[in-house]
Amino acid sequence: MNLTAQTREKIAKTFIWAAAVLVLAVLTAIIADILIKGLPVINFSFLTEIPRSMGRAGGVASPIVGTVLITLLAVTIAVPFGIGTALYLAEYTKDGIITRLIRFSAESLAGIPSIVYGLFGFIFFVIYLGLGWSILSGGLTLAFMILPTIIRTAEEAIRSVPLSFREASYSLGATKTQTIFKVVFPSAIRGITNGIILSVGRCIAETAAVMLTAGSALQLPSSILDPTRTMAVHFYILAVEGISAENAYGTAALLIILIFLINVVANMLVNRFVAKGR
Amino acid sequence: MSESGLKPQMKYKIETKAVNLHYGSFHALKDVTMGIRDCSITAIIGPSGCGKSSLLRLFNRTNDLIPGVKIGGDILLDGDSIYDKSKDISVIRKRVGMVFQKPNVFPMSIYDNIIIGPKHHGVKNRSKLEEISESCLKQVALWDEVKDILKKSALDLPAGQQQRLCIARALAVEPEVILMDESCSALDPESTMKIEELMANLAQKYSIIIVTHSMEQAVRVSDWSAFMMINEDKIGTLVEYSETTKMFQNPKDQRTEDYITGRFG
Ligand SMILES: Nc1ncnc2c1ncn2[C@@H]1O[C@H](COP(=O)(O)OP(=O)(O)OP(=O)(O)O)[C@@H](O)[C@H]1O
Ligand SMILES: [Mg+2]
Repeated sequence: MNLTAQTREKIAKTFIWAAAVLVLAVLTAIIADILIKGLPVINFSFLTEIPRSMGRAGGVASPIVGTVLITLLAVTIAVPFGIGTALYLAEYTKDGIITRLIRFSAESLAGIPSIVYGLFGFIFFVIYLGLGWSILSGGLTLAFMILPTIIRTAEEAIRSVPLSFREASYSLGATKTQTIFKVVFPSAIRGITNGIILSVGRCIAETAAVMLTAGSALQLPSSILDPTRTMAVHFYILAVEGISAENAYGTAALLIILIFLINVVANMLVNRFVAKGR
Repeated sequence: MSESGLKPQMKYKIETKAVNLHYGSFHALKDVTMGIRDCSITAIIGPSGCGKSSLLRLFNRTNDLIPGVKIGGDILLDGDSIYDKSKDISVIRKRVGMVFQKPNVFPMSIYDNIIIGPKHHGVKNRSKLEEISESCLKQVALWDEVKDILKKSALDLPAGQQQRLCIARALAVEPEVILMDESCSALDPESTMKIEELMANLAQKYSIIIVTHSMEQAVRVSDWSAFMMINEDKIGTLVEYSETTKMFQNPKDQRTEDYITGRFG
């Protein structure tokens, strides 16, 4: 074919435009479908009642509680360890066998399907440590699942802080620790929080790994050693076992709203308190 | 090397004694010996790659951050070696501040940029910190422009103001010497002029050492000038060091004359 540069440009543009529109259309269709069918189901009693007769009736209060607790637990455990590892990799070691090994493991672990984490959690936490199907087992398992993502995004964010900031900090007589915690870390906070938000989303959306480790109990948990059911698991069971399409849609709509809200609120908090400099 | 115009009774703020610098196997500076006076502006000039920045960065041990650096000879600050093993590097860097080529404000508020240094050195009292911020911003003539937006991000300021903020940030730790590596080269003429005025004011209290590619700037602001060049072995050396007026009116070395008359470099 003999096309002029202009024609080729046009074809490329049309193609890129079409791809974007298609993706957007599909996404909108999915979200619209869920919201249209799900929103009417959501009301006060749906939010505050625990599921009755397997979820055919009642609400989703206990799955909401389960989701929040498991996600909180996972993030609380994974964030300090993840950021600590990232700081170690980025600031305290020269590139060597050990750092490459850690980085390679983190990268490989990030690509493993969540069901494998579920299996590991089931064997190690549920059975071997005797924690049973519980919020604790589920939270620990998800912590392992998101750890690689947090390490990688945090390390990248820390590494991309320009040398000129570090030099400026040292030139004020700051020590290495002061430089890392007062200059490098605050400058990287946005990248780090992005990784955390991504991980929170993955925790909330996870089904396989939590089902294997936290169970699918319907009652409200009274401690973190109780089994529970997350919203994603609830949705999965309602849909797969054909229990109630209506309530499944309600749960899905709630999941979407929850993830959306978390994104908005997290960004607002970052803007307000940490990343004043952006 | 010629050190004409030195009055022996004048005490040096910084003295370098046969300083040699290697980056790994690359010999960057050879036998640099010079004395820098207090309360004056010293300009380091010379063609690109002759080691001006390398020399400047030795004065507050910034080169220590580069792996593989070897430093020979000695540098004295008020007669004391700054490369002495027992010396606390943070204290030296606090005494010898630095302003860089590009404005590198931290991504924080204007106020936080200023007080970060004093906080490192143990100032905790809030009103004391506010006092420091105000006085430093006033010294760089930025106070009136930013006093109402202290909590705003420093990145929102125009480049010229950012660079003055960087100077204020350096002043906040109460240094004795200020190093400026081509600190005006990224700025427009008006901002450059403001910073030159500022240097002249600061030179009444501090010893200022600048690296500049602009000979006009060296003539305008500096009291002393050091001309550097690479020698026949491609190693940076100090060719001539004297009062600026003397050097530019009556250079002793042929190479200096060639450089300042624009015959090369
Ligand atoms: N970190 C480094 N590692 C290795 N070599 C370096 C390093 N920094 C500088 N050099 C080399 O040392 C020599 C002097 O560099 P320096 O930056 O001090 O020159 P300069 O006079 O400041 O030049 P310019 O006017 O371009 O800023 C150059 O040949 C440079 O390539
Ligand atoms: Mg330079």
